Amino acid sequence: MRRQIPVVITFIVGSVLIISVFIPHKPFGQLGENFSVYFDIIAVFAFILGAGNLLRVHGNRIYKKHKDWPYSVVTVAGFTVMMIAGLFKIGGSPGITGDLTEPGSMFEDLYMYVFTPLMATMFALLAFYVASASHRAFRAKNKEATVLLLAAFVILLGRTPFGVELTSWLPDPLSFLEIPNLASWIMSVPNMAGQRAIMVGIALGVIAMALRVILGVERTYLGADSE
Amino acid sequence: MNPDNPKMGFFETIANIDRRVIFLFIGFAVIIPVLLSFSCTEEATPIVQAVYDEIESLPEGSKVLISFDYGPSTVPEVQPMIDALLRHSCEKNLKMYMMALWGTGHNLISESMQDIIEKEFPHKIYGVDYVNLGYKAGNQGLINVILTDMKKMYTTDARGSEIDAVPMMVDIRNLKSFDLILSMGGGFPGIKEWVLFGGDPGNIPVAGGATAVSAPLLYPYYPRQLLGLLGGIKGAAEYESALIKGYPKFKTHSHPAIDMMGPQTVAHIVIVFFIVIGNITFFIGRKREEGEKREGGVIK
Amino acid sequence: MRKDLVWLFAGILFFGLLYLLNWGVKAISTDLLVWIGAFLTLAILSFLYQDNAFYKFAEHLFVGVSAAYWMCMGFWNTLVPNLIAKLHPPIVKGVLPAIAEKPPEYWYIIPAALGIMFLMRLSPKAPWISRWALAFIVGTTTGLNLVRYLRSDFLGQIKSTLIPVIVVENGSLSVGGSFSNIVIVVGVLCGLIYFFFSKEHKGLFGVASRVGIYILMITFGASFGYTVMARISLLVGRMRFLLGDWMGLLQ
Repeated sequence: MRRQIPVVITFIVGSVLIISVFIPHKPFGQLGENFSVYFDIIAVFAFILGAGNLLRVHGNRIYKKHKDWPYSVVTVAGFTVMMIAGLFKIGGSPGITGDLTEPGSMFEDLYMYVFTPLMATMFALLAFYVASASHRAFRAKNKEATVLLLAAFVILLGRTPFGVELTSWLPDPLSFLEIPNLASWIMSVPNMAGQRAIMVGIALGVIAMALRVILGVERTYLGADSE
Repeated sequence: MNPDNPKMGFFETIANIDRRVIFLFIGFAVIIPVLLSFSCTEEATPIVQAVYDEIESLPEGSKVLISFDYGPSTVPEVQPMIDALLRHSCEKNLKMYMMALWGTGHNLISESMQDIIEKEFPHKIYGVDYVNLGYKAGNQGLINVILTDMKKMYTTDARGSEIDAVPMMVDIRNLKSFDLILSMGGGFPGIKEWVLFGGDPGNIPVAGGATAVSAPLLYPYYPRQLLGLLGGIKGAAEYESALIKGYPKFKTHSHPAIDMMGPQTVAHIVIVFFIVIGNITFFIGRKREEGEKREGGVIK
Repeated sequence: MRKDLVWLFAGILFFGLLYLLNWGVKAISTDLLVWIGAFLTLAILSFLYQDNAFYKFAEHLFVGVSAAYWMCMGFWNTLVPNLIAKLHPPIVKGVLPAIAEKPPEYWYIIPAALGIMFLMRLSPKAPWISRWALAFIVGTTTGLNLVRYLRSDFLGQIKSTLIPVIVVENGSLSVGGSFSNIVIVVGVLCGLIYFFFSKEHKGLFGVASRVGIYILMITFGASFGYTVMARISLLVGRMRFLLGDWMGLLQ
């Protein structure tokens, strides 16, 4: 029952959604739409599950005075403040009946001045690491790496006004060699061809995996038997 | 010469340069042009011009669904696109339906409404000219539902009003009721999901703006499945330039993407410089190694 | 810890100097919230020097805040209007009066039950119950993806690749257009051949596979260039916040 019923559920739900594309009428069309609605709702429970798990892990760390446990206090405190601000819609008008992101509400302020700087700067850090990695690892070691390097060069320069200035002296018949034109060509021709090949490959993989899951051949998503 | 290791030559020093020195260079390459307000105008490339032309060609009152599928991590790239698209849509008197597949997009709808529509186009009426439908969970599942029935998930707008009490929502049945879908973001869920689950099955025109990281991945959809694409800050700057060209009055408005192209250019040059230096030191090192091997062979 | 403090003070000194250099352009922000945002930005940036207490503080705060953020978003935007209000409308009278009078839809007991089953993952005694909900999610995802990927990413892409390789524009041969289309057709085919591992890459097949590698290398190079562009934009965004919103140095 622990493994068979989930496999049956996956089969029924997956099959109905596939059939609903070919027979978009009652009962399949209706069922397909309802399954999608249920999916959207269950997705929220995943957020709650994630939050619960986070509290459990960090609660444990605090309780057992694990290494760096004071930081876990920061996590739990941050979670609690944000949750109270959001669930009770503190501040902003018209309060509990209004929009969660109403300007002036505590939730919006925390989003703007705590969540945003933290998230944005985390990603901005990558600018530094990408530069450092370029210097250390981006080498023309062989023909393939040289092609990759040249393409990156053309894109890096061609997507800036500097690239325009660099080759603007070229005569009209050779304008296709201007770096911005080359960059545009690379993006819409060889890049597109390569991405398309990858996309077709991925699509085949997704289709094969979907079939395996629906037919119950692939069951790894159910986890270990011991659970 | 490196003072710590007198045996280390100039090229070895450069090759083994501390990463923090590179960080400093990148930091200054961004800070100085930002302080000097060094900016550059752009010419719209065909893939960006296609989005502009599509909006330009829509008749007054056309319904545009704008999905805010991004968050703070990509705001510097995507927000300028949104600002320019909202200005363009307001100018063309299009009806703007704003929703979000990302939770973070919900906040950004409120901010965009406040900063652009309410401030710059105060005559626009909420519920008549624009509406905030907010965030709903479900990713591609959500698109699949609203493809056939919009009001199954959207029972209220973000402000809590019943959906049929919002005048511009009365004649909306499903995604096919819209003349254009604009997905702004590029991550998951984003433009790809809109093409796969909305545009293609519903035969609805889709266009969008993506972060530079995702933009190359979306080129295979252009132009058959995706009308046009604004890729990264460069795409945003191109759209701002096209908008200023078409509507010169917007020259006096904020154009963050054009402003950001200055620091962007300098940083690109610095990175190219480091790649070149890295390669020069690599080739010199390899030549030396080969020379040493040959000398070693002679001694043997 | 002492080193961390030195680093913090160096950062403050740097931005202080920048401010002094532009004295009088605009006033530094007096908004406490902007200062909190600036502190957190600098705390994350401090990782560039080395891992430190400020970074760890900011990192842990981010984890907690974002978990609560998504939970609240899901709760108010989906759970309340699309589940609770459907099952028992009067219960949302105080928060969503507009839809509190609607008739209940008992079908929604199914997602409610599955959602609760999903939460059983946290239960130490019966975490296996969550598999039923997980199976529903996996079934929906695979069912949705199979047809859509087949239509748009497989058949759609093949259709887009079936293009003329001799392009005629205004009655004459377009060399550039023809060349581009040949590169697209050959590029897609060779790229796919490179991914085909059931046959040894030898002879003509091997040549096509080599061409595929070069096409993919150009693709990765373009992606790299765009990735750099993206990351720099984000850094510019943060710097504009620090120098503009916080320090008031930008016009």
